[in-house]
Amino acid sequence: MITLRALMQPHRIVMMVIFAAFLVWCGVSLRWDWLPHYMPLAIAGLWTTLWILVVTTVLGFLLAVPLGLAQAVGPWYLAVPARMFCTVIRGTPLLLQLWLLYYGLGSLFPQFPWIRSSELWPYLRQAWPYAVLALTFSYAGYEGEVMRGAFSSVAKGQLEAARSFGMPRLTMFRRIWLPQAVRNVLPTLGGESILQLKATPLIATITVMDIYAVSSRVRSDTFIVYEPLLLLALVYMVIAGIIGFAFNYVERQVPARR
Amino acid sequence: MLGLGESAQLLSLSSPGWGANLLRGLANSLQIAFGAFGLGLLIGLLGAYGKLYGGKVTRDLLAIYTTVIRAVPELVLILILYYVGTDVINRIAAMMGYGRVEISGVVAGIWVLGIVQGAYSTEILRGAIQSVPPGQLEAARSFGMPPLMVMRRVTIPAMMSFAVPGLANLWLIATKDTALLAVVGFNELTLETKQAASSTRAYFTFFLAAGGLYLMVTLCSGVVFGWVEKWARRGQPSLKGAR
Repeated sequence: MITLRALMQPHRIVMMVIFAAFLVWCGVSLRWDWLPHYMPLAIAGLWTTLWILVVTTVLGFLLAVPLGLAQAVGPWYLAVPARMFCTVIRGTPLLLQLWLLYYGLGSLFPQFPWIRSSELWPYLRQAWPYAVLALTFSYAGYEGEVMRGAFSSVAKGQLEAARSFGMPRLTMFRRIWLPQAVRNVLPTLGGESILQLKATPLIATITVMDIYAVSSRVRSDTFIVYEPLLLLALVYMVIAGIIGFAFNYVERQVPARR
Repeated sequence: MLGLGESAQLLSLSSPGWGANLLRGLANSLQIAFGAFGLGLLIGLLGAYGKLYGGKVTRDLLAIYTTVIRAVPELVLILILYYVGTDVINRIAAMMGYGRVEISGVVAGIWVLGIVQGAYSTEILRGAIQSVPPGQLEAARSFGMPPLMVMRRVTIPAMMSFAVPGLANLWLIATKDTALLAVVGFNELTLETKQAASSTRAYFTFFLAAGGLYLMVTLCSGVVFGWVEKWARRGQPSLKGAR
């Protein structure tokens, strides 16, 4: 934690003054007149970014648990596919996966009349289901590897103790194995969530209107280059900071013997 | 769905096929990844030394650099650095009396990704340098070795085994981040693939082929870095059976 005293060193005060002067210069001499006009769009974009981040992180984690479990203790016919999935996801760029799903599946689906007439068709014609799918797979792929390590690092004695008390396997998993595994990798999960945030702007390339797409729109409408980008960088830094603080808070709530 | 024969025809290297385009894209991607990784290592080495031995101001500035770069999405950084880079070069060219300068995609890509990579490798190398036992550096200094020689002969060889796993990861990130340059219109593998796919409408064929190429690069790099790590660890006791 940064204390007030640490900030009050002379060189830091000078740097803060320079930074404040930079901010004032940005406010005064750069163009911000486009901001009120695009505000509603920007808020909608921010909302899109946030819900996609949260939904894909949660779904990805739910998918990562069986992936990790299969690799850590599963039989070979589950472990091998799980490992292959993680390798392929981690070995190819997310942009390529996203485009494969969006353009590939998107061009495949209309060929089947029963898909076109189904209830799901109005959703499948939009871009966000593909974005959610690709980002979920990506998070699951990276996290599956992390969870594999987490599951196999839980002390064996803990599980043996649970079994010796006659705990059913699901209860044992829910009460002992999963909590300890997650607790061990909380810092990694925080880092991965920030990486996931940094992956979200890619969905703008398949026409999802997130906050990044809004800034591109401003740039192409008004030919103002730096202002929207700087503001965008600031927004991402604030979200990353909030995620960091949230995970720090959760980590401090977890009782640990140190 | 296309049959296998048709896919092979589409991917063939000669004219009706698009295989040559994909390979050219791959070559571009690798060129940028190599350049960016190298530039990143250079920045990282300077940054790590600055963070460890620099003055207060240097350390604070480097802390800001690594924090900001690691918190902002690469795509946004690429756009900002791309526009800043072309702007600055054009201003300099205008001052010296030249006209507008066209910057090649490869150079721009290396510059942009190199600065991003530099932030990560600063942190990796700083950690690695810190794990070198201080006694070894003190011994080198006590024999009167000048600082640069200490770095070349003691610090860098001793820190290699700590740095290699992190750097291997960073190299994989570099190869995958080249795909982001597709968004600024640079003809690397992903963009070539998309162009081939949208003009033939064989999306699965091309995207799966490109995925295979990327995967091949990843797996080969894994093998190579395995060798490098073995080489960097030579002389150290094996960790096998330690647990």
